[in-house]
Amino acid sequence: MATSAPAVPARRRMTPRRYMSELGWRHLVGVVAVVYAGFPLVYVISASLSERGTLTGSNDLFSQVSIANYEALGDTYFWTWVANTLIIAVVTGVGTVLMGAAAAYAFSRFRFSGRRAGLTALLIIQMFPQMLAFVAIFLLLLGIGNVVPELGLNSKLALICVYLGGALGVNTFLMYGFFNTVPRELDEAAKIDGATHGQIYWTIILRLVSPILAVVGLLSFIATFGEFIIARVVLQSEANWTLAVGLYGWVSALLEANWGLFAAGAVISALPVLALFLFLQKYIVGGLTAGSVKG
Amino acid sequence: MSSHQPPTLTTPERPSAVRRPGSSHASAWGRGFLVKLVLLAAVDALGVYGVLAAWNAESHGLMAVLLVLLVVANWVYFSRRALPLKYILPGLIFLLVFQIFVVLYTGWVAFTNYGDGHNSPKGQAVEALLVQNERRVEESPAYPLTVVADDEELGFAILTDSGQVRVGTSEQPLEDAPDAEVADGVVTTVPGYEVLPRQAVIERQAEVTTLRVPVSPDPEDGSIRTQDARSGYVYLSALEYDETADTMTDVVTGTVYRPNDDGQFEAEDGSTLGVGWRVFVGVDNFVTAFADARYATPFVKILAWTVAFAVLSVVTTFLLGLFLAITFNDPRLHGRRIYRTLLILPYAIPGFLAALLWSGLLNRRFGFINDVLLGGAEIGWLTDPTLAKLSVLGVNLWLGFPYMFLICTGALQSIPGDVMEAARIDGAGRWRTWRSITLPLLLVSTTPLLISSFAFNFNNFTLIYMLTGGGPRFQDASVPLGHTDILISMVYAVSGVDGSAPKNYGLASALSIVVFLIVATVSAIAFKRTRSLEEIN
Repeated sequence: MATSAPAVPARRRMTPRRYMSELGWRHLVGVVAVVYAGFPLVYVISASLSERGTLTGSNDLFSQVSIANYEALGDTYFWTWVANTLIIAVVTGVGTVLMGAAAAYAFSRFRFSGRRAGLTALLIIQMFPQMLAFVAIFLLLLGIGNVVPELGLNSKLALICVYLGGALGVNTFLMYGFFNTVPRELDEAAKIDGATHGQIYWTIILRLVSPILAVVGLLSFIATFGEFIIARVVLQSEANWTLAVGLYGWVSALLEANWGLFAAGAVISALPVLALFLFLQKYIVGGLTAGSVKG
Repeated sequence: MSSHQPPTLTTPERPSAVRRPGSSHASAWGRGFLVKLVLLAAVDALGVYGVLAAWNAESHGLMAVLLVLLVVANWVYFSRRALPLKYILPGLIFLLVFQIFVVLYTGWVAFTNYGDGHNSPKGQAVEALLVQNERRVEESPAYPLTVVADDEELGFAILTDSGQVRVGTSEQPLEDAPDAEVADGVVTTVPGYEVLPRQAVIERQAEVTTLRVPVSPDPEDGSIRTQDARSGYVYLSALEYDETADTMTDVVTGTVYRPNDDGQFEAEDGSTLGVGWRVFVGVDNFVTAFADARYATPFVKILAWTVAFAVLSVVTTFLLGLFLAITFNDPRLHGRRIYRTLLILPYAIPGFLAALLWSGLLNRRFGFINDVLLGGAEIGWLTDPTLAKLSVLGVNLWLGFPYMFLICTGALQSIPGDVMEAARIDGAGRWRTWRSITLPLLLVSTTPLLISSFAFNFNNFTLIYMLTGGGPRFQDASVPLGHTDILISMVYAVSGVDGSAPKNYGLASALSIVVFLIVATVSAIAFKRTRSLEEIN
């Protein structure tokens, strides 16, 4: 690991003692923290490569390297779950961005009666976490399912709709603040040139706010990816499950026997989110901080 | 607000009027208009389909809602006046249905006894009672019976005494089938149905013997059932419902059952019939949560643990994150970027995976921690009440410190250098600068995030459910609750949606309301105080 390499003091050489008190201890803390943060991840990779696939068998790190567990995933619903999760998370992410941005545009650019009340209402509504209402969501979908089964319980589409219900509450504020930073003169100029509000929105504003769109889309994707309680309540048949529901099922039933399978599944399902995170770190962190402070 | 509106912003007609009188985005045949038309046509088609389906299912509330939504959507997108709504409406509809409505519905359910035994409105409960209490009528004739199938759905065809053939399924009450063919006193073909061969009947024996085909749409007329798939008998309900008196009478024993306040039919001696219906029970659910020892005792413990868990999670993650942020905030330090990237790894792992992973690591007999790090000690990290709580906090620390590390780093770096310099010139030492300048400024920018973090952890269902499942269980509880359960997982357990306990939607909703009130109050107070904090600085 590059981190354990001794750091050479930059310009002037410090005495070892001074170096320890100013910089050395920081590396020490850093190494300890990295081990703490990283060892479960190293462990899960090792467990996923273990041939026996049991919990005990996974304790000798990298004693075996085999892809048996990864191959075994093909005999399960795992890839169906991956597809379900990706579909649900991507559609929810895109829908959230589109609807949140449109609403933020309206609140930021138009002056209409009820605007202030609307903003305040959103602020209050977002305090009620949707997951608290899972009983009501379950009952609502039960009722809708009697009429339109495609939107009832055990439907991925219904789950997406439920997630989209939370789109405005959480994200409008994040976007609203950002939309306000785009100078109004831009749209006024376009308007004088004869652009309609639709053209202004799609061709001018949306391009200028694209960083916040990326942040909201990502946060929504990640949140949906890991959402458990509503997915568990809504999706009932195994073929419709998401990764969170499915992998929980593996671990809760027969932990010992399924461990290798779970580890392999965990490694694969952590990859997309991990990749997004590492590549777009800056955006995500910026979005987190900006949004909450303004909200 | 509306009095200040600049006219150019609310009258979209104006610019277009300059261009071409009478045209506007709402009707000009541009590309955008065509896209809008196609989208709306699709929405309308689906909406009309929904309305018709609701009409067929006699779901009038849903139908009314759909109609209103359709009318509003069409008005908004074809009118020139509702400009802001054109942008807000899509999100607003989802918000109204899946957030606001469900919240209000939660509020309504909280005041009812909705749950096992009280699942439906009264009419359906009466029907269910009549159906469930059916038995064969003594001395009733046996009808020659043939098992038929409509696609996968099974049905019966019977030959009546007068030689008529009648056919039906569990959904479709018996009706005459004049074109059916009969041979040797047995129905051999029925148009629209497939006669099931003997072998298939034997394979689906369990289904056949439990199938009930209603004689008519009225449940009081009873049904046809069979034991041997050859002869069917009329079954009639042992209960009789008197609509005018609103009583159930057991025709065998003569007991009369009257509806009581709990939504059940009750006899003089206090015995009740199994199926009840939903009624308003007022604040009973809240009283149960706070006063009934079965729920109140665990509720108090769980409430205390939830608060402790949320507060300690925020405090521990914040302190560790802050410590690491300070540690790595020295520009002379090499490899800062690498440290940072490696340290946010736990945060980039989806929470459910991390919780499941740790549940394996902390396993009492085979887990890595006990087996390898502690040399085979069998410590009940997740099974001992105190250790389980510590483990939950420890795992949450692992999950949460990178986030705090990131925001603290950001906050530290955004503190303006001139402030620090001024403090130094004024003669403030390191500690003094840190205490009087850095920390207050840091808290101003991070407090809102700490509050959000508190609210998040207060409802951190995934962590608890996947790591410990709420266990270890309370010894005395009749409800499946345990030492690490937090309120939201208590709501989940009480609701019974996963089948581990009797369903009690009413009580679960009442508890949801309580959780919401707590979170909302804490957030409101905290935000108010931070705003004043910001003003002071």
